[in-house]
Amino acid sequence: MELEIVWFVVIAFLWLGYLFLEGFDFGVGMLLPVLGRSDTERRVMINTIGPVWDGNEVWIIVAGGAMFAAFPAWYAGLFSAAYLPLLFVLLALIGRGVAFEYRGKVDSDRWRRAWDKVIVVGSTVPPVGIGFIIASTVLGLPLDADGNRVGSAFEAFRWDTLLGALAVTGFSLLHGAVFIALKTDGDIRRRARRLATAILPVAILPVAAFAVLVQVRHGADWTYVSLAVTVAAALVAWWRIAAGREGQAFAALGVAITGTVVTLFGALFPDVLPSTLDAANSLTVDNASSGDYTLTVMTWVAAFGTPAVLVYQGWTYWVFRQRIKTSHIPAPHNAQQVSR
Amino acid sequence: MVVEVLELARWQFGITTVYHFLMVPLTIGLAVLVAGMQTAWVRTGDERYLRMTKFWGKLLLVNFAMGVVTGIVQEFQFGMNWSEYSRFVGDVFGAPLAMEGLVAFFVESVFLGLWIFGWDRLPKRVHLACAWAFSLATVVSAYFILAANSWMQHPVGAEFVDGKPTMNSIWAVLTNNTALAAIPHTVAGCFAVAAAFVVGIAAWRLWRKRGEHDEHRAVWRSSVKLGAWTGVVAFVVLVVSGDFQGKLMFQQQPMKMAAAEALCETEQPASFSIIAVGDVADADCESVKTFNVPALLSFLAEGDFSSEVKGVQDLVGEYQDKYGSHYPDDPALGELAGKPVDYVPNLPVTYWGFRIMIGFGALSTLIGVATLWLTRGGRIPGGRWFPRMALGSIALPYIANSAGWIFTEMGRQPFVVVPNPDPSGVDGVWMYTAMAVSRVSEGEVWLSLVSLTLLYVVLGVVEVFLMAKYVRGGIESVMPAKVASRLGAGSDGDQEGPGHGSGDGPSGGVSGGRSAARDDTEDDEPLSFAY
Repeated sequence: MELEIVWFVVIAFLWLGYLFLEGFDFGVGMLLPVLGRSDTERRVMINTIGPVWDGNEVWIIVAGGAMFAAFPAWYAGLFSAAYLPLLFVLLALIGRGVAFEYRGKVDSDRWRRAWDKVIVVGSTVPPVGIGFIIASTVLGLPLDADGNRVGSAFEAFRWDTLLGALAVTGFSLLHGAVFIALKTDGDIRRRARRLATAILPVAILPVAAFAVLVQVRHGADWTYVSLAVTVAAALVAWWRIAAGREGQAFAALGVAITGTVVTLFGALFPDVLPSTLDAANSLTVDNASSGDYTLTVMTWVAAFGTPAVLVYQGWTYWVFRQRIKTSHIPAPHNAQQVSR
Repeated sequence: MVVEVLELARWQFGITTVYHFLMVPLTIGLAVLVAGMQTAWVRTGDERYLRMTKFWGKLLLVNFAMGVVTGIVQEFQFGMNWSEYSRFVGDVFGAPLAMEGLVAFFVESVFLGLWIFGWDRLPKRVHLACAWAFSLATVVSAYFILAANSWMQHPVGAEFVDGKPTMNSIWAVLTNNTALAAIPHTVAGCFAVAAAFVVGIAAWRLWRKRGEHDEHRAVWRSSVKLGAWTGVVAFVVLVVSGDFQGKLMFQQQPMKMAAAEALCETEQPASFSIIAVGDVADADCESVKTFNVPALLSFLAEGDFSSEVKGVQDLVGEYQDKYGSHYPDDPALGELAGKPVDYVPNLPVTYWGFRIMIGFGALSTLIGVATLWLTRGGRIPGGRWFPRMALGSIALPYIANSAGWIFTEMGRQPFVVVPNPDPSGVDGVWMYTAMAVSRVSEGEVWLSLVSLTLLYVVLGVVEVFLMAKYVRGGIESVMPAKVASRLGAGSDGDQEGPGHGSGDGPSGGVSGGRSAARDDTEDDEPLSFAY
């Protein structure tokens, strides 16, 4: 198999890993004021992702790095052309990461509420921005023959890329709700389950709509299959969450996002970033990729690295498999109150 | 427009990178030291080392978060602001970056999470292994990013295919002699920061309770010793690797080293200027330099006291002959198209950057050793000058690191990828910074520059505030008595044998704590740590 195709699949896989893993992180953050009625409940929610969010976030760094190494023109073209959404994502991720770490370090309501706001905004903006970016690469941007954007800074903001933004946001919200139901116990678990059941049809709608849009515009015959898988998995997720089977619902959502990513990247192939001006300007797996030597080296690194990551990251989830409830949350702690 | 975007993108890269590298050195140096402290605790069972681990570990985490989040910007701004660069060199440059993510960042973040939250859920030795995993991963990440940077300083392992540098040897890229010199130098710089940080804070803690009973005095004494000796070792590595690096640079980037000295004319033997009064970029630059050490520059460059060192003026001619005197007449270059190339770096920046790096680095180690001497045999100086000196000296290696990086990055201008002058090296692989910048609008880069800078300023203030809080709180702030006594008391279904489990209590490891793997039977107890 040609290495360009291998790397196209690897990059799709990295984005899938990112959407799946940090998707629920974002959802947990977005739902903080909705499901967390007290500070203790909000801490329950934050602690469901406390040990894992940072590892989840590395997926986007590696996805970006892999694009840089394997398809420099794709990395350069997309990241400069979709400049504004990416900037907002970065600003939000910075605030959010610091917020998790700093929120509990001063025992003051004002302090915690301020960081809670950062967490909510910092968890809402990235899925929206990443939705715009993924939709832009799948649906195309106005690129000239050099792979540079023609037109204003706002070319990535269109009604069809907005649908992509809603899709990633809707999925993250839903995935987060199911994750909270899966990882907590007590009252908050019940509320998360009810909320997930209630919002599922609305939250999953833009996902399905965007996948259908991409299928209609660019889809291959075989991507009808992955599209069908997405829809079927979403229905299964709805059925299982309503039945109180959080683990199964969570897995079904995983299948749904997998089907969606396969549909999007399957429809995109062999392009990586189409030009909406002229098909001749489109970046493809062939004209955007690195040389065979680089791809061979990277393939070896990925072949050993990726399974290792999956194993030890999976182990983390096993170590922290315990459901968290309000009684687990220790009293707030303050550096200075004990100072002498 | 290109020129404005270029200026803004350079400012953004400078600000975000210097800022990121305020966090990174402390993270790298302190992570390894904390892993060492935890090892000492696991091996000896001495409570003092646990307290050290907890206290310095807490400060490490406050800092780590900032290093992580500011690092994301570093990876993505190549594509956003420097897309022409990324497109041109991605085949070679992207590989170490991707490897850094896959090999180092995953290990770092996953095992950091396990370390923070795993105190009472992992067997003691597994938990310790997590500390080593994430701290060594920070060093590994330094290796990959320095290999990438060194390729920009001295391209190797690549050839031209279809007008683009294409990698032909990853081994050459990863064992670039520039990288092998830069890695010990930079990592030692990281340990110098951690050393000054630990010495400064521990000395202040000692001084604060000098006349009274302090049950944690042993913690601070050990910290001063550890920090000062770390600083000494780091300094030796810095000097040796720096000398090696300097000699390499005289061959690989003669202009950078001439600029470091603001050496106008070629000299044989060349003298080294300790300091200058006035503008070193003045046409008459020799006259402002004072305290010249005869022949020292020749020694720094070649290892003997008589060789010739080329001056800026002669080098400009050489560079013009080799790489052209004018930018290509490419409309993509905007106003710069067809204009003359200025091969002389910013001389005041390079001259002073070089001296600040060396001077502040040396001073910082000196103060560390002085603190060790002043606190020998249980002494604690009483004067106010002592804590001021100790805390103030924390800034020194930070400034030295920043000055060193600003020197090395500005000293290679106008190139973003400096040509490899070795006739047997890669031929023709180089790039002007002016040609590297993205074709985006000025407004986008303005917004990015301003918003990132403002956010960084605010978060920097918060970080320092939190650190100061923990420093003032001392050991009690990281090991609250409640938690300590709860975890120290009682043992339940011990599966690990002696010395397992918790490690949060003052007697942890001696009397045992909770069992390693929590099960559902003890489901209602609070976690020993939660956000």
